[in-house]
Amino acid sequence: MSEELRTAAAWLAEGRKVALATVIQTWGSAPRPAGSQIVVRDDGAFLGSVSGGCVEGAVIEAALSTIADTKNRELEFGVTDAEAWNVGLACGGRIRIFVEPVEE
Amino acid sequence: MKRATLDALTRESAAPRIRALDRASGEERLIDPFSDETPLGLAARAAARADTSGEIEIDGRTWFLEVHNPPLELVLVGAVHIAQPLAKMARLAGYAVRVIDPRAAFATEARFPGVRLHQGWPDEILAAFPLGSRSALVVLAHDPKIDDPALEAALASPAFYVGALGSKKTHAARLERLSARGFDPATLARIRGPVGLAIGARSPAEIALSILAQMTQTLRT
Repeated sequence: MSEELRTAAAWLAEGRKVALATVIQTWGSAPRPAGSQIVVRDDGAFLGSVSGGCVEGAVIEAALSTIADTKNRELEFGVTDAEAWNVGLACGGRIRIFVEPVEE
Repeated sequence: MKRATLDALTRESAAPRIRALDRASGEERLIDPFSDETPLGLAARAAARADTSGEIEIDGRTWFLEVHNPPLELVLVGAVHIAQPLAKMARLAGYAVRVIDPRAAFATEARFPGVRLHQGWPDEILAAFPLGSRSALVVLAHDPKIDDPALEAALASPAFYVGALGSKKTHAARLERLSARGFDPATLARIRGPVGLAIGARSPAEIALSILAQMTQTLRT
């Protein structure tokens, strides 16, 4: 059982709201494989990783939006993105991330 | 993720579980990969065996199979000096660590904080807590009375890694004893001895590193 999911359960038990971000697909040399997860709490605290730290900030931001509106989101990051200068993968890979609320 | 799915995935389990997610419809299923004979169940079984999450298309639907395997386990036989850094490093790498040693002075909480300690004989402990396909076992005691019964139990199990500390000479003598006990050469070849990758390790921490590196190589390649 993953530390991320255990933490999600603990946060929910404390009455917090939680979102989960999961690497769905990777292309090229991505830092973390599909299935890697971050769990994000409503105050921005998080555990886990979906990249080597390159895109976590943007993923956490999306997770907070998902906590607010309970809508799923999909994110894609890669060096070919227009926003590569601020958020992207230095390794040259590409990843797709699925962000979802964890229902209470 | 549904709360019921989260609860199921965070329950202790010795079996793998798979969350199948159809992102287009939002449907989520929890799959027992060893009883589900549908195409999705068979795909989940393959994903669990490969320990690899990923997308698969079945009947025009795309499912993301999220693999939740039971934790990796490392059993150390002999609560000796090398076992201390190896237990710490293996925990960092995601292994649940157990240490077995019948000698009371060795398997102590002070020497192995946070590690599950079994003060007893390996054959009895391993009969009560059998090794699985995500288990690794390393014997470190340098004492055939302790090491050999552990190796016999490991060779009879599906453990993915079996290692034995000791020089080439020690290891040759060990193989002879086990051979006399009826183990064939192919089975004995499962034992990594001298244990660890050849990186010129000297200190206990370096030897632990070479062992963990070899375990990783065996698991992932």
